[in-house]
Amino acid sequence: MKIKRINPFIAIDSTLVCLISVVILAPVLNIFASSFASNRVLAEGNFIFFPKELTLDNYIAVFKDVTIWHAYLISVLKTVIGVVTHVFFCSMVAFGLSKRDLKFRNLYTVMGVITLFFSGGMIPTYLLMKKLGLLNNFMVYILPQLFSYYDVVILMNFFRQVPSSLEESASMDGAGVWRIFLQIILPLSKPALATIALFNGVYQWNDFMTAKLYMTKESLYPVQMKLYEIIVQQQAASMNTIGNVALQTTSKGIQLATIVVTTVPILIIYPMLQKHFVSGMMLGAVKE
Amino acid sequence: MKTTKRALRRQLPLQLMVLPGVIFMLIFSYYPIYGLTIAFKNYTVIDTLSTAKWVGLDNFKIVMGDKYFWQSVTNTLGISLLKLLIGFTTPIILAIMIYELKDGPFKRISQTISYLPHFLSWIILGGMVINWLSTSGMLNQILVGTGILDKPVNFLLDADKYWWIAVIADTWKEAGWGTILYLATMAGIDPTYYEAAQIDGAGRVRQIISITLPHLRMIISLNLILTISSLLKSNLDQTLVLMNSQNQVRAEVIDSYVYRMGLAQGDFSYATAVGLGVSIVSVILLVIANSISKRFNEESVL
Repeated sequence: MKIKRINPFIAIDSTLVCLISVVILAPVLNIFASSFASNRVLAEGNFIFFPKELTLDNYIAVFKDVTIWHAYLISVLKTVIGVVTHVFFCSMVAFGLSKRDLKFRNLYTVMGVITLFFSGGMIPTYLLMKKLGLLNNFMVYILPQLFSYYDVVILMNFFRQVPSSLEESASMDGAGVWRIFLQIILPLSKPALATIALFNGVYQWNDFMTAKLYMTKESLYPVQMKLYEIIVQQQAASMNTIGNVALQTTSKGIQLATIVVTTVPILIIYPMLQKHFVSGMMLGAVKE
Repeated sequence: MKTTKRALRRQLPLQLMVLPGVIFMLIFSYYPIYGLTIAFKNYTVIDTLSTAKWVGLDNFKIVMGDKYFWQSVTNTLGISLLKLLIGFTTPIILAIMIYELKDGPFKRISQTISYLPHFLSWIILGGMVINWLSTSGMLNQILVGTGILDKPVNFLLDADKYWWIAVIADTWKEAGWGTILYLATMAGIDPTYYEAAQIDGAGRVRQIISITLPHLRMIISLNLILTISSLLKSNLDQTLVLMNSQNQVRAEVIDSYVYRMGLAQGDFSYATAVGLGVSIVSVILLVIANSISKRFNEESVL
């Protein structure tokens, strides 16, 4: 194009965006740095990115704490099982609904759309879970998450883009619907499946409300719920400074290290997520 | 009739694939909607949905006279309106700022950074916020270091600051993510508009006002309608982790009040009445917002 001149508008704009990035990133780095500080240094403060003494004690304490690892394992199980069953269940329903000549299709669609706008809310849902025996049951992480009409619509639109000639020739060779679904449709829809799996995975990993509402048994807490308990206890202890002799709570350092350990899986899949989320949002936004 | 039957038989395998989804919706979506009837009943622990005594609007009458309910309404509205002011506008401004950057690594990196907090849970973020705002935390370090404050304060124990903390923390988390739809819309603007404007001597700011913003009008109105219809909704995750006994008067929102009355105190009917009332008002807000926007845009966004 033309000769480059420094445009004051772009210079100001770049500086501001740079500042905003710092405002977003710096606090996260501060937490990361703090998790390597000893409790004494943490109590004093006096640092933002570089604590005076670096120590791995907090992480060692976290690694030694069996309850945290147990919660971590529950989170991994809940995420893996939840994502696989959710993606499979939604794809199966979406495949059926993607056939335009399906009888009662309009009825199913209306039923689905209503679920997007209306729900029973917290208490009726709680009573349902109680009735189904899902309180203090690992399946409460999986069963209510099996189906989402929103995801079904995304998948349905994607399945329709698969050329129908592929299906026709397969069915002429005698393949049934299940065979077509499993061996033709699913392998060709990997981008859509990946998008939904990633988003559902982030949801499952981050979800703490399910445990907060339906779990009282600590052995079934996911790591987010465990972290919540640690944070709440610490808050209570820090406010109650008079009686702090007797209060034996998890130290601030352990809390910070747990935060970091809980964030790591999200950071690991973040590059993959980033590749998918724009296309994912567009898939959802174009139709419906 | 006969053809329907035959078609159904032919479609049986497909119907059987959809059936589990239908059963799921009946159980997990429609049964709880039917369960909303307990708002009109006196439901106790020993009751079932059908045996509970019908009391009509009694629960709603009690809600109307409950000053803690109104306190939670005030807090919810206060936080939502501040969010409308800050959390709604920030993504638009940020999106335009990012859009105006030249394509390249700087643009990509700043986008990557700004999306990140969206994927962290409120528990993680709440833990972080509590640490930043504590007496030995980052914010106090900066404010005391620069002499703005004499001595460190724990901001979360100050009830009067809670609304701002909730809104700023939420904006910090979601502003970057909120830019995506705007950026996608701006990517579809025909570049010849800008070229023509340049030839006419319009500066960058002028171009933003006359070209970029008008193109964003539809998506901004859509987001505005959705935001207005959710004025009475609140962020329960955030509230549960940031609320403490000191800031509760300002932090208790409708959702956390429903949680407390229903699940902690076992007053199911009362809590359901609160929830149902709020949902109905939300639907009314949605309709009003949509009709106002229709008048401005001359077409319905929804």
